[in-house]
Amino acid sequence: MLAALAALLLAALAVGLAVGPSGVGPGEALRALLDPEAAGPAGDIVRRIRLPRVAAAALVGASLSLAGVCFQALLRNPLADPFVLGISGGAALAGVAVMSLGAWIGAGAGLVPIAAFAGALGATALLFGVAGWRGRLSATTLLLTGVVFNAFASAAIVFLASLGGLSEGTSIFLWLIGTLSAARPALLGALAGLLAAGLACALPLARALDLLALGEDTAAQLGVAVERAKRLVLLATALVVGGAVSVSGLIGFVGLIVPHALRLLFGPDHRLLVPASVLGGGAFLVACDTVARTLLPGRELPVGAITALVGGPLFLLLLRRQSGRGALP
Amino acid sequence: MSDARLALEGVALRLGPRPVLAGADLGVAPGEVVGLLGRNGSGKTTLLRIACGLAEPDAGSVLLEGRPLAAWGRRERARAVALVPQETHFPFPFTVAEVVLMGRAPHLGWMGFEGRHDLDAARDAMTQLGIEALAERSVLTLSGGERQLAVVARALAQEPRLLLLDEPTAFLDLRHRLDVLARVRAFAEAGGSALVVSHDLGLAARACDRLALLADGRILAVGRPAEVLVPPLLRAAFAIEADVVTGPDGTPVVVPVR
Repeated sequence: MLAALAALLLAALAVGLAVGPSGVGPGEALRALLDPEAAGPAGDIVRRIRLPRVAAAALVGASLSLAGVCFQALLRNPLADPFVLGISGGAALAGVAVMSLGAWIGAGAGLVPIAAFAGALGATALLFGVAGWRGRLSATTLLLTGVVFNAFASAAIVFLASLGGLSEGTSIFLWLIGTLSAARPALLGALAGLLAAGLACALPLARALDLLALGEDTAAQLGVAVERAKRLVLLATALVVGGAVSVSGLIGFVGLIVPHALRLLFGPDHRLLVPASVLGGGAFLVACDTVARTLLPGRELPVGAITALVGGPLFLLLLRRQSGRGALP
Repeated sequence: MSDARLALEGVALRLGPRPVLAGADLGVAPGEVVGLLGRNGSGKTTLLRIACGLAEPDAGSVLLEGRPLAAWGRRERARAVALVPQETHFPFPFTVAEVVLMGRAPHLGWMGFEGRHDLDAARDAMTQLGIEALAERSVLTLSGGERQLAVVARALAQEPRLLLLDEPTAFLDLRHRLDVLARVRAFAEAGGSALVVSHDLGLAARACDRLALLADGRILAVGRPAEVLVPPLLRAAFAIEADVVTGPDGTPVVVPVR
């Protein structure tokens, strides 16, 4: 099953490399990839534009999806998602703060992923501080906290951006809606590193996530070191959300859609679901970004708009099903 | 009581200003089923939580097989003690088999994959509770009682030596109540110990070797069912007037008057 998902990811990467608005076709793209010496515009487009871009899409999608599956188990709620909960918003706020203040204090853009990681940690702490650390957080509390924090973070981002050197409306708009068009190849290494670190924290805890999904008492009673596991998983989510947001801004709903679909296909066992979400999240965002690049001739949609168009209705559907079961207090 | 599987002595716990337990003493021997009875809020659930390490008492000692519970390693303890909570909320559509297999968690290695014996233990537990036909069903599609059976099966699959059950039969029909209590008896006959919280005095009297009455944070009385289910003690523990008659199988039957 994981092999099928890996194949899907490779297929998505191949399509993403093969098509694009420039009109460089699959054949030319393949030639450009196989022969790095080949000069000319096709080689440049494929190697210097499309390749970093699909790589960024795969890494961001994998990161957001990993964060989503972790949050859902920890909060015991399939509606949890780093964007919906405001964790991405916290990361984006810290990232923009560093970008706009960086112009004054001379800090480099390399600090952005670190700041975004810190922002994600801060937003996580805030979420648990407001909503209460112990027990099962009610869906209402979670969603309200997330909505309010997102609104606050967006406002603060706009404010900071108009203070600092980022006043061109478009770039801030793109941060808020989420796009991969500004993904700088220099950040890809950091993003891959953060994803690897996040996986190293979360994967060994996959069985603990199954038990935590049934409640902290059940998990503790079955031998899980509950506080340690929670801390490690939250650290993992902050790492990957920080990495993803610093590259792409606020892409929403990936962490909701992908784990949900995979749970329907493979069941909720996290020993399978966690790696599956990483592969599936990568494939999903590469596909969405390819659509974003090619849907409208001559112009590009932000990929965050595509994921929100898919994710918004799905979120409402899940919410409705949950309240139908009486899980919403 | 050094040979007791579980020995609580002078266990006290305050939650906020209210003392929930105020010096409770209780022992459970190997091969014994003890019923814990008392009014709502009398501290029964708290006592079970303390007995499996989910809560720590402010005072008193908790010995598991003669060793302080706090000195047990987390996984080591989970291999010795299993808890069936009153209710479990399932956020995801785990199958019954998956839920029962989770009982094997403290027995697994680092990455947590099950082996032959783990699968056998889970299948055994499902068969014992008659839910093997539900194995591949999602717990979200089950009735409350079926779900509770799955959780009891998980506790049995854990292969503990001490089984703690918090009103395991509350959602069950009569047939399944008897089945679960029969499984608990069989567990004790095989050398296990069980501490069962119940509001069903009749079933408790039939299934338990000894009953303990909990009132105002203390064990008011403990002994054989016929010694404990007597009008003065029932008045003190439950604030009820009751007649106690002897049932056809010799166990006491409580008939509440008012």
